[in-house]
This record gives sequence, C-alpha cells and structure tokens, in this order.
Amino acid sequence: MAHLEVQNITKSFGTHHALDGVSFNVEKGDVVALIGPSGCGKTTALRIIMGLETATSGQVKVAGRPVSGCGHDRGMVFQHAELLPWRNTLSNIGYGLEMKGMKEPELSRTAMHYLELVGLTLAKDRRPHQLSGGMKQRVGIARALAIDPEVLLMDEPFGALDSQTREGLHGELLSIHAKTQKTIIFVTHDLDEAVMLADRVAVMHAGKISQIIPIELERPRLDMRAIRTSAEYSKKRTLIWEALHDAGVSAAA
Amino acid sequence: MTTDTEIQAPARVERRAGQASWTSTVPAWVITTISVAVATGLWEFFGRDVNPLLGTYPSAIIKAFFSMLQTGRLQDALIQSSQPFIVGYIVAAIVGIPVGLLLGRYRILESALGIYVTAGYATPLIALVPLLILWFGLGFMVKAVVVFLLSFFPICINTWFGVKAVPKTMIEVGTAFCASQTAIMRGIILPATIPYIMAGLRLGIGKAVIGIVIAEFLTAISGLGGIIITSANSFRTAEMFVPVILIMVLAVALTALVGWLEKYVAPWQSEITGHDSV
Ligand SMILES: Nc1ncnc2c1ncn2[C@@H]1O[C@H](COP(=O)(O)OP(=O)(O)OP(=O)(O)O)[C@@H](O)[C@H]1O
Ligand SMILES: [Mg+2]
Repeated sequence: MAHLEVQNITKSFGTHHALDGVSFNVEKGDVVALIGPSGCGKTTALRIIMGLETATSGQVKVAGRPVSGCGHDRGMVFQHAELLPWRNTLSNIGYGLEMKGMKEPELSRTAMHYLELVGLTLAKDRRPHQLSGGMKQRVGIARALAIDPEVLLMDEPFGALDSQTREGLHGELLSIHAKTQKTIIFVTHDLDEAVMLADRVAVMHAGKISQIIPIELERPRLDMRAIRTSAEYSKKRTLIWEALHDAGVSAAA
Repeated sequence: MTTDTEIQAPARVERRAGQASWTSTVPAWVITTISVAVATGLWEFFGRDVNPLLGTYPSAIIKAFFSMLQTGRLQDALIQSSQPFIVGYIVAAIVGIPVGLLLGRYRILESALGIYVTAGYATPLIALVPLLILWFGLGFMVKAVVVFLLSFFPICINTWFGVKAVPKTMIEVGTAFCASQTAIMRGIILPATIPYIMAGLRLGIGKAVIGIVIAEFLTAISGLGGIIITSANSFRTAEMFVPVILIMVLAVALTALVGWLEKYVAPWQSEITGHDSV
C-alpha cells in the first residue's frame, strides 16, 4: 500500500473540468514533482490533497486513511510563504504546533529545532517583513515540517525567488529530505528543479497526468554540480521537455 | 519626442532629489509649529479689527479661558460632557468591533444584518436627537446614546470592511493547519484587521464629538456645548471659542492616542508601512 494514494479525483468549477481523473501513488519517503502548463490543474490537485478544496469525485488516502478536510498528517508550503506578519520567525514556525495543541515549553523547543534545521537561528526574533524572500520560504517549510506531517505539499515553493536563491534552497531541501525522509509532493514550472529534487516527475496536461517519468539519480543528492552534468540528468530533462511539448502540440491539434 | 523626454528625465529626477533633501532635513514638528504660529499671529493681527460681536482673536480667547477656569465653570462643563462621551464611545467600540468582525466573517449575518449597518452609517442620525430626547430624557443618558449611535457605525463598518480585506490565502494558512473557527478569528482575522479597526476608532472620535455637542445644544444646555450656545446667544464670542478650541484640542489628542494605541497593539503594522511622506 502506497503512503499517499490519489484515486481518480475530478474537480469541476461549474462547467469547467479542472481535474479530469487524476490518479497516482507515492511511496513513503518519495519526492514527486507535478509539472505542466499553466491552468492544467496542479494547484487544484494539491489543494484537494491538502483539504482546502473538495474533489467532485474520487478520493485521497494518506497511510491508508481517506482524508477529508484539513489534517496534521499533511503540511502545506505556500507559494508566497504566507507567514503571519505579526509573528516573529520562531512563532511563525510554531503556528501549526499551536493549532495542534502543543503547549510550552515543548512548543518553543520543537519550533527551535526546526528553526535550526532551516538555518535561521539568527533570524529567530525577526518579523516576516525583515526577512528576504528565501528566508521567508525557509520559515514556511519549517512551519510545515514542524507538525511532523506524513506528507509535505508544496505549491511552487521556489517559484517567486531568483535563480541563485532557488538553487541554494534546492540544496537545502535535498538535505532536509535526507534527514527527515518525508514524502513530498511539489508543483513546479522549472525542469531543472523537477529533475534535481524529484524521484518521479508527473507531467500534467488539461486536468490529467499524461506521463510519469522516474528519475534514477541516487540519494542523497549532495553534489548538485555532478548531478547537473550527469547523463541521467540531461536525458530526463529532455524527456520531460518532450513530454510537455508533445502535450502542448496534441492540445493545439 | 522620445529623445526629448529621455534627455530631460535625469535633470528632473535630480531636481526632485534636491528638493527632498531640503525638506527632509527639517523635522516635521518644526514645520508644524511654524505653521501654527504664523496662523495664530495672522488671526491676532487681523482679528483685532473685527467687530467683537462677529469675531474674536487669540489673546481675547486666552483671557476668557482663564476667567472661566477661575469660576470653575469650564471644569464643571468638561466633566458634564466627558462622562457621557466616554461611556457612549467605549460602548460603541465594545459593541461595534465584534459586530463588525462577525459581519465580515459570516455570510449569513452579513446578508441579514449588513444592510442595517450600511443604512445606519448613511443616515443623518443627528436628526433623530429630538426623538431620542423623548425616549431618554434630557440628561446623561440621551447624550451617551447620541455619542454611541454616531460612533458605533464608523467603528463597525470599518471593522467589517477590514475583515473583507484580509487576504484569502492568509485565512487558508489557518485552515491548512486545522485552526478552529475561534483560532482563525482571534489569531488571524483580528490581528489582520487592526489597521481598519483603528481607522474606525479615529473616525468614531470625530463623529462622537459632533454628537456630544449637538446633544448638548438640543438637550439641557449643559456641558461644553451648553457654554457654546449660551455664549453665542449673548454675543460673547471670545467665550464661545474657549470650549470650541478645547474640544478641538481634546479631539486631536484622543486621535493621537488611538494612533499611539495602534503602535502599541500592532507594532508590526507601523514597521511595514512605516514611511515618512516626502
Ligand atoms: N476557484 C476556482 N473557480 C473557478 N475556476 C478555477 C478555480 N480555481 C481554479 N480554477 C480553474 O481550474 C483550472 C486549473 O487551475 P490551477 O490553479 O489548478 O492551475 P495550475 O496548474 O496550478 O496553474 P498555474 O501553473 O498557473 O499555477 C484553471 O483553468 C483555473 O481557471
Ligand atoms: Mg498553480
């Protein structure tokens, strides 16, 4: 039994079918990237898994349990971090823990642990507006990880960042994944990000998954430079590019 | 055309930068003080030539102020006015803020009751004072009710619209982490709405001041409003200006107090928006 099972979900907004039968399974500890043209339903799929949106039909199971609505078995990282401006870094990280009902002193201790994990010890007392975009996103990741979810969901978590910051965070996410072995699903538009981070890349098109491409790069992926120049990397990058391109051409036809 | 603007643009930028550095070196309070001093001086200079029945000037007002202070008339009036003012305004805040929060959050309440708040805000409530006198008499109670009615609506409506302006994604953070309805209200919506609530409280002060003065005109002719109307009726213009200016100073001070309160309860807000105008 897979850790996360997405079974034939559909979603209609009025007459518009945003999702048209999406199914995939994710094994425990695996990282899956959702990639596809704008409007193909990536965000909708992720929001249904998170319980922010209800599917028209189909179901989602985490560790065998069907999910409905929110749950601390899933942690969400938002595209623009969405930190609460009145909370400092530490208490933003602790937000999910508070909602989970954790009390002091355990609350601060746990939040501190994740603060260190994302390397923001020095920014502990700062408010979001005093953080850079990359730091905000790290706080967002720490907030989601802190509740110790089974599955981490990320919607274009690095999409709003410059390429240098983004690559730095790729390295960081790889090392966090190596330490925590979380199951991760993330949405991206970036081919390099998909190949570098994921074990499998699901190419979506018009509310359907058109292809799932496995990435056979060994973990832990510590040497990003070596990975980038490897044959597997460029092969899979080309494959995904072609999958996106083919989908686009068949849509136009 | 294009080349023209391209050549001119840098010069214009430079000049603007020069102006900014000149004005930004002088502290704001110095500019304000000079402005007030000049205005008062002009009033004193030209005011002396005006018929004392029709106008007055600063030194005459100050003289009247001290003589009213000596007889104790001013202090008595201030107490008479401030008690219903404070009660009416505080009740308006205590009721208006939660009602606004609920209206903004729950669609059913908004559709059922929002119309009354909108209507109440748009109605010239001051016209109801004669009716209110019939209901509540001529004393403390009617003044407090008038102050309440006038300040409730701006406070409530601002809070309400503030809730509507909270970004949906911010609320979704709460939903995604399984926050309860109360936790979302207290932990996300309330703090995010504070700037709007404070704006409502500030507007409410202005309305409450109008309310108390009019109520005193029309009811027992007591308090600061009472002094205004009796002095005006007996053509003691300088005396009339004493409560007018006192009310103005107090209202400005109260408004500043709300601003200070905002910095105190929502320090992040002034950090985010914290900027001086050029
Ligand atoms: N709340 C909504 N109401 C109506 N239509 C919606 C809603 N949310 C999404 N849609 C539609 O569903 C489709 C899928 O949207 P979705 O946001 O999932 O796309 P996406 O793949 O995440 O795109 P992008 O890459 O631009 O973020 C789009 O056509 C969009 O217009
Ligand atoms: Mg999207």
